[in-house]
Formats: sequence, C-alpha cells, structure tokens
Amino acid sequence: MNKPMMTGSAFAPSRRGVLKGAAAIGAAGLILPHTTTSATAQTRGGTFRIGIGHGSTTDSLDPGLWEHLYVQTFGQARHNYLIEVGADGQLKPEIAESWSSADGQTWVFAIRQGVSFHSGKAVTAADVVASINHHRGDDSTSVVKPLLAAITDVRADGNNVVVTLEAPNGDLPYLMTDYHVPVLPSADGKVDANTTDGCGPYVVESYEHGVQATLNRNPNYWKSDRAWFDRIELVSILDPAARLNALITGEVDLIDQVDPATIGMLESRGVARILSIPGNAHYGFPMDSRQAPYSDNNIRLALKYALDRQAMVDVILGGHGAVANDNPIGPANRYFHAEMEAKTYDPDKARYYLQQAGLTSLDVTISVADAAFSGAVDAGAMFSETARAAGINMTVDRVPNDGYWSNVWLNPNGTTPFCATYWGGRAVEDHMFTTAYAAGADWNESFWDNARFNELLVKARSEINEDLRREMYHEMQQLVSFEGSTIIPMYNNYVMALSNKISTPEQISSNWNFDGFRCVERWWMA
Amino acid sequence: MIATRIALGIGLLFIVSVVIFGATELLPGDLANELLGQSATPETLAALREQLGLNDPAPVRYWNWLTGALTGDFGVSMANGRPIADLIGARLGNTVFLALYAAALSVPISLILGVLAALWRNSIFDRAANAGALTAISFPEFFVAYILVLWLAQTGLFPSMVRINPTTTFGDRLYMTFLPALTLMLVVTAHMMRMTRAAIINLMASPYIEMARLKGMSPLRIVLRHALPNALAPIINVIALNLAYLITGVVVVEVVFVYPGLGQLMVDAVSNRDIAVVQAVALIFAAAYVALNLLADVLSTITNPRLMHRR
Repeated sequence: MNKPMMTGSAFAPSRRGVLKGAAAIGAAGLILPHTTTSATAQTRGGTFRIGIGHGSTTDSLDPGLWEHLYVQTFGQARHNYLIEVGADGQLKPEIAESWSSADGQTWVFAIRQGVSFHSGKAVTAADVVASINHHRGDDSTSVVKPLLAAITDVRADGNNVVVTLEAPNGDLPYLMTDYHVPVLPSADGKVDANTTDGCGPYVVESYEHGVQATLNRNPNYWKSDRAWFDRIELVSILDPAARLNALITGEVDLIDQVDPATIGMLESRGVARILSIPGNAHYGFPMDSRQAPYSDNNIRLALKYALDRQAMVDVILGGHGAVANDNPIGPANRYFHAEMEAKTYDPDKARYYLQQAGLTSLDVTISVADAAFSGAVDAGAMFSETARAAGINMTVDRVPNDGYWSNVWLNPNGTTPFCATYWGGRAVEDHMFTTAYAAGADWNESFWDNARFNELLVKARSEINEDLRREMYHEMQQLVSFEGSTIIPMYNNYVMALSNKISTPEQISSNWNFDGFRCVERWWMA
Repeated sequence: MIATRIALGIGLLFIVSVVIFGATELLPGDLANELLGQSATPETLAALREQLGLNDPAPVRYWNWLTGALTGDFGVSMANGRPIADLIGARLGNTVFLALYAAALSVPISLILGVLAALWRNSIFDRAANAGALTAISFPEFFVAYILVLWLAQTGLFPSMVRINPTTTFGDRLYMTFLPALTLMLVVTAHMMRMTRAAIINLMASPYIEMARLKGMSPLRIVLRHALPNALAPIINVIALNLAYLITGVVVVEVVFVYPGLGQLMVDAVSNRDIAVVQAVALIFAAAYVALNLLADVLSTITNPRLMHRR
C-alpha cells in the first residue's frame, strides 16, 4: 500500500555525517559493478518477464486507485505522463514538450504533437485536461485528490494546457510526474478510467486481474531510444519463495522484495544479480502527539535516543539501507540536511530526557504488524530491548496485518498512539511535508502541529531565492527531527533481483522501485 | 429418498448462505477502507462508499445478493466492478481441472495400494506403503511442494510455476500442473489408501470370505469380487471428502505454484473486503461439499442392494 507521489530527485552519492557512508557504500558497491559489466549496447527484441509480489483480483485499472508495485509497473508499461523523472532525478519532457510559469501560479504545458493512443486517436490537450480533472472535483475517488487540491483551474489553450493554482508553487511540474496521473484518452471532457488504452510504450494484449498481464511493443511509440523489449509479461507472485524459485528456474527475469536472508544463496547460483537502490523510502514509528505521554517532546526525544538505528539497518534491512535521523527527507532530495546532529543509541541521554519530563521510568506500548513494513514486528522487539537500558518499558503489541491501515494506523480508536509506518518517499520536500507533517493533513500520522514549521512550509513553497529556500527546508528538517513526533530510524533501499539475461543503464533511478517503474521501457536484453 | 436428500442439501445451502453473510459482516474495516488502504481520507471514503452501495442496511444487501445468485447472477465485484461470474469462471475451471487431475492420479493409486496392502497384510509392502503415505500426509503441504520444487523444478524437469494462457494446449497444461497435482496426490493418498485397506481387512474376517477361501478361490479374486463391492460405501465416502478438499482447500498449493484457482481468489477477496466475491466463492465451496456428499450418499446406496431394495 503505497502512498502517492515519489522519491528522490538528484541523488548525490557523496555525503557524510549521519549516513555513515552506508548508502554511499550501497550505491558504489552494489549498483556500479553490475552496471559496468551489464551496460552493453541496447538491443531490440526479447520478452521481459517480471514477477511482482503484489497484485490481486481487486486491482483497478483506474489510476486514481493505484497503490502497489504491480499496478504501478503495469500502468507505466502502457501509459505516458506529462513529465518523466529521469534516472538522474531531473525532470524530462514526455507528453509535455516544455513547461513554464512566469509567477509560479499559472503554469503552461505545451503538449507534444504527433503522439497517438494505442487505439490510433491523437493525444490532445483536451485529453490531458480530462486526465488531470479525473483526480479533482467532489465525485473523484482518486487518492491524489488532496495533492491536486491546490489546482483551481485546468484548461486547454490550443496545444497548451494551462494550470492555475491558488498560490504559487514551484514544484507543480513534479506533481505531474505522479504515477497516478497518466495521460488517458478522453471523450467529452471525461476520461475512461477503466480502459487499458494509453499512449505508452506497450499495448495490452491480455490482463487477468491478480494473475498476469501481457503486453506487446507499441509499433507507433514516439520515443526511438526506449521500449527495447518486444513483449512484457507481468506475473503476480505473492509468495516470496515462489518468486525466488521463479527467478532461479528462469520463469521470470526480475523480482521485487528479495528477502535479505536469501541473497547469498541467490548470488551463488550465478543466474541473477541483486540490485539495491538507495532512495528516500523510509520506515518509521509515528507517535500521536495529542496523546500523553507523547505530547511531551522530552518523552519523544527520550524514545528517539533509545533505539539502535545502525542495528536496525543491519538486521531489519540486512544492510540494504541507511541510518535515518528522524528525517523524512532523504539523501536523494535536493535540500537534504546532511549536517544535522546525528542521534545515536544513547541510553544516558534518553534517561536525561525522561528526567526532564519528570520521570524515572516510562511504560509505553508499540503496536506493530508486518503490514506496516516487512520486519516491523522484529523492529519493535529490537526497539523494546534497547529501550529497557534507558528505563523505558516498551510492550510490543503485535496486531493483525488485516485491517492495519484502517484500525491501527492514525490511531482511529485512541488505543494505538504509537505504531509503525512506511513511506515511499517523495521527489520534493514539499510533498513529503505537506502530506504527512503539515497540521491538519489527512495523513499527518503523528498529528503534529508546529507553528513555526507550518509557517515555513507555506513560505518555502513560493520562495524563489534558492539559498533562502534551502535554509527554510533545512530548518524544517531540524524541527521535524528534534521536535517532531515520528521516529524514523532507517531509509530502506529498493532491493530487486535481476536475471543476467537483462541489461540496465548505468544509472538506475532512485525514484521508486523498478527504476521508477520504468524498467519496462529503459532496460533491454543483454 | 434422493429427492429428500436434495431438498435437505438446498436447505443446508440456504443456512450456509446466511452464515456466510453474517460472518463477512463481522470482519473489521469495509471494502472502501481496504480499497483505498493507507491512502483513505474521509472524503474519498465517503464518495467511494456511496458509489459501492455500502450504505444500505445489511438485510437489504443480503436479499439483493441472494436473489441474484439464485438466477445465476452473482452481481459485480465491489472492488473492480467486473461481473463475478467472469471472475470466478476461469478460476473455477482451473480449480476443477487441478482437482480432477489430482484425483485421477491419487484415486487409482490409493485404491490399488489399499487393495494390495490388504492382500499382503503386515508384509514389507504393506508397511512401506503405509509408512510412505503417512509420511507424505504428515508434512505440511507447502513443505511437500517446496521439496518437489527443489527436486523436480530446480533441476529443470518441470516448471516451478503455472502460467495458463488461453492458448495453452491440454498437453502443456498437464505438464505445467504436474507438480501441484503431485503435491496434492501425496497429501490425499494416505487417507483413501488406509480407508480402503481398513474396509477390506474388516470384511476379510467375514464368514462369506471364509467360505470363498474354502472354495479355493485365489486371494486376489476374493478381494476384488467379494470384499471390495461390500467395502465400496466407506471408500466412496472418503473419496468424496477428499475431492471436496481438493476443490476447496488447496490455497497453499495455489500460492506456492502461483496457480490461479478459487482459493487464491477467496483469500484475495477476504483481505480486500470484496464481500460479494467472498460470498459467491464461499457458496460455491459449500455447494461443492454438499453436492459431493450427496453424490457419495447416492452412490453408496446404489452399491448396496439392501438399501436399494428395501421393503
């Protein structure tokens, strides 16, 4: 269950301090060797078969309801977007040939001419308008409705699409890269949300919900340097062992969510390699800041110093990740604050903050389920062990996976103020903060309300001076990290296993899994 | 008598449908919540609930569904708006195919093994067959499945997963589904084999068998001609039970071999709160159980002249 929008632009491998080089080692040690050997000349042809650990019969074709890797990859295989996030994190024109704004409030997107849908219908500005409007309005069920709520008007102007916002926002083009907002064919101003038609690299041949999808190369695809495979097959394989078996026996070429424990065995087989891509995705433990004892920042700080972050990265992620400093903004973000004072496991400091709160010991309960993230239950147990040395008695309440997001997360019954969560990370700082840290936001899982933070958030959105903007985002990260109510111990890498029969470009996007879902059009047969 | 049994079966199905409906009502969360997942906001939830008709009271939804089901229309999936008949159709076919395949492998083998084990009671063969069958049934299904994958799939003999397309030929299908069918065979054989063996051994002590033996008949002929027909009723019953299990209880095997059957559909639907699909599949499972037990009753009546020609 992913939340909308995306991770990382401009991933910078050289940074220091809190990361202790873990992610940098990941990038240098795991990605580069593969890419130097596998960066062969691109060739056309072949079938690319992907085994994905998601997918169910209830999956919808409607992009407004997409939420997991299967539908995301399937969507990317058949659709194009206004703007693409390149592997280097930079924005690249796709259906929008160019875009500009004089004041940050009114944006003009020039629509590429000569592109057609699989049905043969030309892509027009009207289609783009209808595709955006699908996520707006009272009767929209789209999950990105809140994200696009700042849009007051979308209209076609010749071959241009003009988007008007209620307040200036320099990050609007990033919004248009959201995987929920593909360009769909429309009629009379309405898109057909349940069509398999699109203007993307592959034409759908068959789709069995929750089982498999087969697609053939779009012969009229407008990009000449993309979509190398003749055919794409997406298979839903929920069982981790079955997924691994399928890769080993050559039934599929790429799988996601590789269990760290099996990586050594897989590599020794010599048929596949592991790709471990650092991004902004992170795991965390939100605390309901409205509820005692979490309403006291001293208690929150005590808890933040009472867990061993490095041990969690090593054990829970099997080393495929990096230590995080309670900061939802990741190293792949533009304004990542790398100089922040790192929090290490320090029981004495935790005790100190407990005393500041007037306590000598503390009893808390953490509600965890592996639905939040794989390993959440173990992470809770580790947290509980390390917290004991600081005088914190943490009870680990293992709750059912089923119904986790509706009954536990966001503390709907007032009984689960301290739980586990995960976030896919966002391309721009504003999205992450607006989605989960702004006062009153639907997904503000810690119900955190910090006046200074909220003020900065609005200000930073329309600030044009790059240095000032950076300063504001640094201050916000400082606030979230040291006064916020979410413990974020680690950034998790995207870990996938790829058959040696497939080649990848040198740089793989840290923006979402599977090369930003675009492995289908960016990779090729070795 | 058969008519009464069918009427009873239908009554039973009706009760089951009420229970199914009640049970799905008790699940935490609702479909709109599950569909939107972590992304649910009060606004989008309300809009989606309205669209899906989740705001109707429970009895109304039950009545609408039941009347639809009676006319063969299970309605549309609440989750993706596709007709449930379409959703179930292909998967029901897959499930029945796998069940029949497994039955075609296991029924003859367990009957033959059972008869031979009874014939050579307490011999090495009897002990080996019993030990082997009991060992296979004692392992959890997924373990048997993984062992088969390790031995037969990773060596390249058989595919580790099943991918059925509309273009798949019957031969390919048999080949691809061999491992799941073999797994199921190993799981169900013990039950049927031991029931066959026990039923025959039980009869071997009867006076008429003694008589046949005194007449100088060969042991094989005694078993096949005289003991087996009288042992059919319990054997038929245990075969019917195992067939019902093969249709309704193979979700683990489906998951391991990525087999698109009804079991996975059911699990999917439960975790997504797609109540309409859960109810339809549960009803099909219940119907399979009732129908197979009915069939077993009828067949054991037919094989027993005392019941057939009752005065």
